Amino acid sequence: MDKKNGTLLEMRSITKMFPGVVALDNVSIKVEAGTVHGLIGENGAGKSTLMKVLIGLYHIDGGEILLRGEKVRIGSPKEALAAGISMIHQELNPIPQMTIAENIYIGREPVHGFVGVANRKAMRQSTNKLLAELGLDFDPDTKLKNLNVAETQMVEIMKAVSYNADIIIMDEPSSALSDREIEKLFLLIRRLVAKGTSVIYISHKLDELFSVADTITVLRDGRFVDSRPIAEITKPTLISLMVGREISAIFPKENVEQGEVVLEIEALSLETRVQSVSFSLRKGEILGIAGLMGAGRTELVETIFGLRKATRGTIRIKGKETQIRNAKMAIASGIAFVTEDRKLYGLNLKMSVKANITLSNLAKYCLPGGFVNRKAEKYVAKEQIQRFEIKTHSMNQIVNTLSGGNQQKVVIAKSILTDPNIIILDEPTRGIDVGAKSEIHKLMVRLAKEGKAILMISSELPEIMGMSDRVIVLHEGRVTGEFFRDEFSQERIMACATGHLKGEF
Amino acid sequence: MPLETNQEKSRRMNVSVGALLARYGIYIAFAFLIGILSLSSNSFLSVRNILNVLRQSSMNGIIAVGMTFVIVTGGIDLSVGSIVALSAVVATSLAHPDGAPLIVPVAVGIGVGILAGFLNGVIISFGSIAPFIVTLGMMTIARGAALVYSGGRPIINLTDAYNSIGGGYLFGVPIPVYLFLGVALLGLFILSFNKFGRHVYAVGGNELAAQVSGLNIKAIKIGVYSLSGMFAGFAGVVLSSRVMTGSPVAGGGYELDAIAAVVIGGTSLSGGIGSIQGTIIGALIIGFMNNGLDLLNVSSYYQQIVKGVIIIAAVLLDSKTKSAK
Repeated sequence: MDKKNGTLLEMRSITKMFPGVVALDNVSIKVEAGTVHGLIGENGAGKSTLMKVLIGLYHIDGGEILLRGEKVRIGSPKEALAAGISMIHQELNPIPQMTIAENIYIGREPVHGFVGVANRKAMRQSTNKLLAELGLDFDPDTKLKNLNVAETQMVEIMKAVSYNADIIIMDEPSSALSDREIEKLFLLIRRLVAKGTSVIYISHKLDELFSVADTITVLRDGRFVDSRPIAEITKPTLISLMVGREISAIFPKENVEQGEVVLEIEALSLETRVQSVSFSLRKGEILGIAGLMGAGRTELVETIFGLRKATRGTIRIKGKETQIRNAKMAIASGIAFVTEDRKLYGLNLKMSVKANITLSNLAKYCLPGGFVNRKAEKYVAKEQIQRFEIKTHSMNQIVNTLSGGNQQKVVIAKSILTDPNIIILDEPTRGIDVGAKSEIHKLMVRLAKEGKAILMISSELPEIMGMSDRVIVLHEGRVTGEFFRDEFSQERIMACATGHLKGEF
Repeated sequence: MPLETNQEKSRRMNVSVGALLARYGIYIAFAFLIGILSLSSNSFLSVRNILNVLRQSSMNGIIAVGMTFVIVTGGIDLSVGSIVALSAVVATSLAHPDGAPLIVPVAVGIGVGILAGFLNGVIISFGSIAPFIVTLGMMTIARGAALVYSGGRPIINLTDAYNSIGGGYLFGVPIPVYLFLGVALLGLFILSFNKFGRHVYAVGGNELAAQVSGLNIKAIKIGVYSLSGMFAGFAGVVLSSRVMTGSPVAGGGYELDAIAAVVIGGTSLSGGIGSIQGTIIGALIIGFMNNGLDLLNVSSYYQQIVKGVIIIAAVLLDSKTKSAK
């Protein structure tokens, strides 16, 4: 196959709405044949949504897609495959008990005549041909369970090639790979490109994009920002394109006098996902943890809270070294954790507001023999509902029927009820509306004033900068930057988060 | 409390109707069943018949109370029928006329049940094995143990005191009925009014959230299987006393009747939702239905079919009213 020239794919003015949110607003992108097209943007910028539109997982509310100059309508991933578009998802889903050849040809196995039995020999032959074509060295009979993540990814790419895909989309393909494996991946990408295939490479790692991409398109908040050939762009401009939004929201942050250090983390590690992280947190302080998806932020706080077992490091609470092996011990040590995914880890959606609020601390409202003192429980539930202004018809309402913001307040109310000194908030305002966001922010300030120490993870730079007294930035499990309030800048934080700038300022 | 708009108010009214149906549908169905049976058979509404049904339902009811705890955590206990047999043979072996005082066989019978349930719980919690598998294994193990212990022969010749547990009357009411009532109240207090009960709902509703909330999931699971074993053990004592025999083959299929009672009573097999009150009604529905079909001279072959239809219909109705909410 010769290297083709010209525009292979064009997406024009794509608009995609979800209930209450415009996920993609008039986004256009043009992909040339035989090139690597980098797609970059913060978490939630719309990269994945755009690609899901392209492979027919989402149906667009506006705009059009042109393939080789012709308008196409892609209704499902199957139709996308038929049109020559294949996506390699971030989470791979191979069938571990099957061989490489079986995984590649699943659902379209060559068969012996009309008997309908899979022709293993033919499958093996075609797989060998693919392997030779891509310069890979595998045995087609190896079972997928014996391959590591990088090798599994190679198999996925082979599968895409076997469909004669002209466009292969790779969503954060390097997130689980080592440096050497990434080199191998790039080599494979270059081979694909040489035979005329186009690769759309989603990443937020600048170094990678600069070594593999021909063109880079930047998205931000669901909008197209810019698209330029790699030669015409530098890392600092790319960072400012990614973050260059006006900070319009006003945050209710107030200066709170800080007290003694209540939490000290020293050289905490969790396998390779958190690597020797150290920081301290003071009474009354709000410390922001910034970083991109996969930087190890959630893993870090889950380790502190005892949900994961640290491989190394020490945790000191009020100067005393503390062993935390599970959530119960963490709560007893005065730590509260408001998790990122409130439906999965935060709430019991089948229980009432009241029962959720008192769950972590029910023993305190019990009579001898473990009988719940209903009067005391009702009293405290009512108190918390008023304190956090939770909008609910009654304390007996099932939590599932509350709005996202109110659900989040229930989780916070529950955590606070254990009377913690340290409160960890993981993405406290994700998926809730602007009004509720602002209420949660006010709540944080109030808690800081009450002398709580707050550790907040957020993927939204304006929120991190608006609410924190100090920010530490994580990249690939390491702290790559630390800033005080007067040093905050979107560009500097993003530079550290993308691994572009390392060290202190 | 914030002000409601009219729209919100009307939505709330709708929710209430749905919730009312979901909550009281089972009681309405029960009343309906009693009504139909009273109209179609003269002998149904006699005191003697009602007491008879209550006594027949008591064994299943006692087991089903324990099963409710297990199912609310999202688990299942298939071993209860075999635990009934194991407890029955061990207890009756200690209830010979020249043996120990009454308290000994009763306590040991219940203790055997607790032990089997405790083992279920420990293996499920620490081995991270599905409850279905563990209790399926225990079902066979306990049955085998009962056969080994008794040499495969029924144990007879028991003391009068022991026989009176299941066969006696107090103020004209069969003693098992009181025992069922006692077990039901105990279960109700633990599940609805106790911290442990709340934790059981929490584990069943969202195990991950319960864990993050600082609950000891393993201990709670061990607790519910021990409770289930305990009630099954107690049912073994009552059953063997009622039939004046410790039979190693007793209790076959009891686990399915108990699960049916729990499910008819509105407890969700996926966990987090359910009540003892519902289970009691569920057990009574099964009991009265069997009795009614007997009185109407319906062949026992058909009874099985009717029972199956009712189980499916109950759950179908339950899921429909819940989704309507």
